[in-house]
Amino acid sequence: MSTTTLEAPLDPGQQAAEAAHHRRMRRLAWRRRLLPVAGIATFLGLWAFIVWFFEVPRFVAPSPQLVAATLVEKHETLLRNLVPTATQAIAGFILGNLAAIIIATVFVHRKTAEEAFFPVVVLINTIPVVAKAPILVLLMGNGMEPKIAIAALICFFPTLVNMVRGLESVNPQAMELMRVLSASEREVFFKLRLRNSLPYLFSALKIAASTAVIGSIVGEWIGSTTGIGALIIQSMYNFDSPMLYATVIVGSAFSVAFFALIVAAERFFVRWQPANPV
Amino acid sequence: MAGAAVDCRNVTVRFVTDRRTVTALHDVSFDVEAGGFLTLLGPSGCGKSTLLRVVADLVAPSSGTAAVFGTSPAEARAARALGFVFQDAALLPWRTAIQNVELPLEVGGRRSLPAGAPTPRELMKLVGLEGWENSYPHELSGGMRQRVSIARALLGGPRLLLMDEPFGALDEITRDRLNEELRRIWQETGTTILFVTHSVYEAVYLGEQVLVLAANPGRVAARVNVDLPRDRELIIRETPAFTSIVAGLRDVMGRAGPRAAQGHRAA
Repeated sequence: MSTTTLEAPLDPGQQAAEAAHHRRMRRLAWRRRLLPVAGIATFLGLWAFIVWFFEVPRFVAPSPQLVAATLVEKHETLLRNLVPTATQAIAGFILGNLAAIIIATVFVHRKTAEEAFFPVVVLINTIPVVAKAPILVLLMGNGMEPKIAIAALICFFPTLVNMVRGLESVNPQAMELMRVLSASEREVFFKLRLRNSLPYLFSALKIAASTAVIGSIVGEWIGSTTGIGALIIQSMYNFDSPMLYATVIVGSAFSVAFFALIVAAERFFVRWQPANPV
Repeated sequence: MAGAAVDCRNVTVRFVTDRRTVTALHDVSFDVEAGGFLTLLGPSGCGKSTLLRVVADLVAPSSGTAAVFGTSPAEARAARALGFVFQDAALLPWRTAIQNVELPLEVGGRRSLPAGAPTPRELMKLVGLEGWENSYPHELSGGMRQRVSIARALLGGPRLLLMDEPFGALDEITRDRLNEELRRIWQETGTTILFVTHSVYEAVYLGEQVLVLAANPGRVAARVNVDLPRDRELIIRETPAFTSIVAGLRDVMGRAGPRAAQGHRAA
């Protein structure tokens, strides 16, 4: 390779090869951008065609045009209802993950605590969200609190498991190094374990970003009057399919935005290449 | 002996597991004089890494004693008399090269550099990495990462440098160059070095003395003086003097058991 680089300006064969390579890369970049767009367009077209061709009644399923029109027309109602759902999801996300990080820290330093309480955590995690919701509504009333609790619970488990793994999977030689340097347990935690756990933490947070929204919506299914979840239930009972679809789209769009925010935070905080990819 | 940097007397290390008890080291005694360069040579499983860890206070001997400059390994560690270079460089991937070299100043009581000790920047220069201070480990080659880890071990001017097969994972060309530079660093810093390897050539080229260990259980097979000039270039490996020392070591290892012979071939 180095020998060809030396005579680069003189070698027409290499110039042609490089030009061809650049053309190929440009084509690939466009493909990557255009193919998803084409996929979504095909999907929407197929949807519109089926609704039109089979004359699907409006209360069963709307056409994409009708959903788009509803999104524009009802955007005020939709956004007003997104506020509580988003607030609960974000509050639950913060609480659940914070609790998971703290408990993971305790588990790593006190093996007894891990052995005693990890089974309890697993047990709680096996209860499905739809079953947790009524329990928490009875416990906490009909305000935002039970929804926040559901969102928090749903985030908690994946983060706890990943965080424990991230704090523990430290390079053994780096641990020996810390010992040779007479580092305290506190220093090992802040200089080594915590930084080491960041890639693991972020892979859990990316899952939590979308599940927190799901938890918040499921919480609103039970006796709520506002929020994306309540709007879904209402439009279903009213056979208002365009509104139902529009609500779902708003909820998903928020999930995607939340996810993208976490990905951006990950790019900012984890700039190194993990030694063993998560 | 007086003025010994390392003095191990009758060190035995046993590891007890559910299935069996492994005697990693059996009744090992040796010493290294201050300012010396001793290489520990032996096949895999002869306990040479364990022996290094006994000196570094990472493994406690089941019986016997180890002393570093007349104190216990734990005291020597607390006084920062030891530097350790690991088999993989063990750099923290989120820190730049210079930040990795500075790590010893941030932990274990946040010491400042002793007066006259080389600064992290000077150490980067000593290991030939001037200009790479702000690179992250994943941007460096394997050889460069190991240079950073040597600079880190030298921070604070330790009197004893313990090296656990540091060049074992590198290609031969890089390894040769680092061997040459390690000799230079040893002469420039005056640090005592205890160096573990399973390469006969490396052991002879680097060491002033070679301690040959045999496996099952790990024990001292021989101690050989390397009668070569202090200033060595790599070409010395082609001289008859060098070759005869190597042949002598191979003979010792061959007699120490067939397992030993297999081990050094694999190196």
